[in-house]
Amino acid sequence: MATISLKDLVKNYGKVEVLHHVEGEFHDGEFIVIVGPSGCGKSTLLRMVAGLETVTSGEIFIGDKMVNNLEPADRDIAMVFQNYALYPHMTVRENMAYGLKLRKFSKSDIERRVQEAATILEIQDYLDRRPRQLSGGQRQRVAMGRAIVRDPQVFLFDEPLSNLDAKLRVQMRLEIKKLQRKLGVTSIYVTHDQVEAMTLGDRLMVLNGGYVEQFGTPIDLYEKPASIFVAGFIGSPSMNFLPGHLANAHIELENGQKIPTTSVQQGDAIFGVRPEHMIVDENGPIEVVTDLCEQLGANTLVHGVLKDGKTGIVASIQGHWDYEPGSVLGFNVLPDNHHLFDKETQKRLEN
Amino acid sequence: MLKRVHFTKSWLPFALVAPQIAITLIFFIWPATQAVYQSFLIEDAFGLSTEFVWFENFQYLFTDEIYLNSFGRTIFFSAAVAFISMSSALILAGFADRVIRGATVYRTLLIWPYAIAPVLAGALWVFMFNPTLGIFPYFLEFFGYDWNHYLNGSQAMLLVILAAAWKQIAYNFLFYLAAMQAIPRSIIEAGAIDGASPIRRFWTLVFPLISPTTFFLLVINAVYAFFETFGIVHAVTQGGPANATTILVYKVYNDGFVGLDLGGSAAQSVILMIMVIFMTIIQFRYLEKKVQY
Repeated sequence: MATISLKDLVKNYGKVEVLHHVEGEFHDGEFIVIVGPSGCGKSTLLRMVAGLETVTSGEIFIGDKMVNNLEPADRDIAMVFQNYALYPHMTVRENMAYGLKLRKFSKSDIERRVQEAATILEIQDYLDRRPRQLSGGQRQRVAMGRAIVRDPQVFLFDEPLSNLDAKLRVQMRLEIKKLQRKLGVTSIYVTHDQVEAMTLGDRLMVLNGGYVEQFGTPIDLYEKPASIFVAGFIGSPSMNFLPGHLANAHIELENGQKIPTTSVQQGDAIFGVRPEHMIVDENGPIEVVTDLCEQLGANTLVHGVLKDGKTGIVASIQGHWDYEPGSVLGFNVLPDNHHLFDKETQKRLEN
Repeated sequence: MLKRVHFTKSWLPFALVAPQIAITLIFFIWPATQAVYQSFLIEDAFGLSTEFVWFENFQYLFTDEIYLNSFGRTIFFSAAVAFISMSSALILAGFADRVIRGATVYRTLLIWPYAIAPVLAGALWVFMFNPTLGIFPYFLEFFGYDWNHYLNGSQAMLLVILAAAWKQIAYNFLFYLAAMQAIPRSIIEAGAIDGASPIRRFWTLVFPLISPTTFFLLVINAVYAFFETFGIVHAVTQGGPANATTILVYKVYNDGFVGLDLGGSAAQSVILMIMVIFMTIIQFRYLEKKVQY
């Protein structure tokens, strides 16, 4: 168990800088999720912590030890790979014991640890099978088992659930979370899936194009997204963005409709509101021409376009609703659920 | 479900495979049957009379000490060639797999020896090891070692083994490199995180995972050493001194075309043929089944 700190971390591939001055302090026992679209550098960052990629500049600390130049084996970490990376020619037992044998644990100690890990993960019955005789979910468990037997200071997960089907993914997600709680090991988890990120992480680091867009708790990110990117990335369906002009505590949308805000700022801005925060209100300031309704059971997604405008809007409303295409609906939004972003910098505007 | 293309005109498929069948019949099946037939005959040295003798040629071979010695020599030769060329190729491929810069150049250079004709490869080694002119005997003399493969049978054997192995390294290298690159990188990385040193990773992860390739190459190299090394032996030692490097395939040539014992030579080639068939069966039967992980 250990803290991890990233200090001014930079990664270059040739002349191209792919990670720009990343900073982060991860507490002991914390579950950190690094999330972002593909190509944002999240896997690179994880692999740098693992020691599989070199550090161009900056420092990585695990505990109070600077690990930049340590071999992966000497960092006291364990990693779960996207394709599990189980050793195909070894049984499950041998897979889990491999790292322990190399670290010269005694035979009885190895057997005890493997049994313990197998019991936690419920794979006792498969110990003598080869990886190819296991299903995807079972392989996933073995990969986890191989990580936990060594009792490392840090767990690293590189999109471990992306090869599983939807149902299994939800189940394994819960199990990973429970396991991490139980063992209390500092963990870094990389994913492109925002639902996974929200449900697993104690804190989320959102990466975009090699920059840290925001680093905070899931609720922070949801309630106070620092930029348009974070606002659009976190939450499903995505936040609606309506371009407009801020003046006199109002924002004037492209169609001339005015919405009162608490902001005292002036100038061009983007008004953001989440679909689930749109309230149907005949006299509401946001008028939408509906197009299509998707009934999801508990709620209905109403797709449409801002009246007299071009911007597409999605609203999520409770219950079953079906509107004729072309009908006009009014929506209201509570001031607490307003988000305002600067049009130029894409950053959040505070009051 | 139909998995193959079906032709409506029945003559077309026959026409398409006809060239292949013709080649097989004319160049493989016919000479092979001729050899089998010939092995049952004894011909006098002037080619004036032949006599059908059934298995007498074979009976004679298995009582002939020179032939039996040559058999044992061939097995030793093949084992040595396979071991030297495969282990060198494995080491080179292991390094090539880790090379980052200039990998293509490195690989291309390593593949070149394969393009050299056996006789030329042999000539190369003959020059390097020529007792009076060669560079290696010159160096060996500093250490007080007297090299003369024209007189010393073991040295002659060593020389043909080296020449034959050297030529096969390129081929083995290609297969080993391809096999190593087919191993997912993450498995090696997992090994690194588990605490295995590069050498340890090689022996406990890479080597077991490329075992199907090793088995395949073992058969290929055995076949190579048995049957395709004639040119090298001919160029380097011509089977000498005192038959020290007369491997089976060279003896077939020597007895048939130099000694003009056509029947005996044919009998030897039939035995070689049976061995090829046997090795091919091993390869097909066991390659896909036996070596598994």
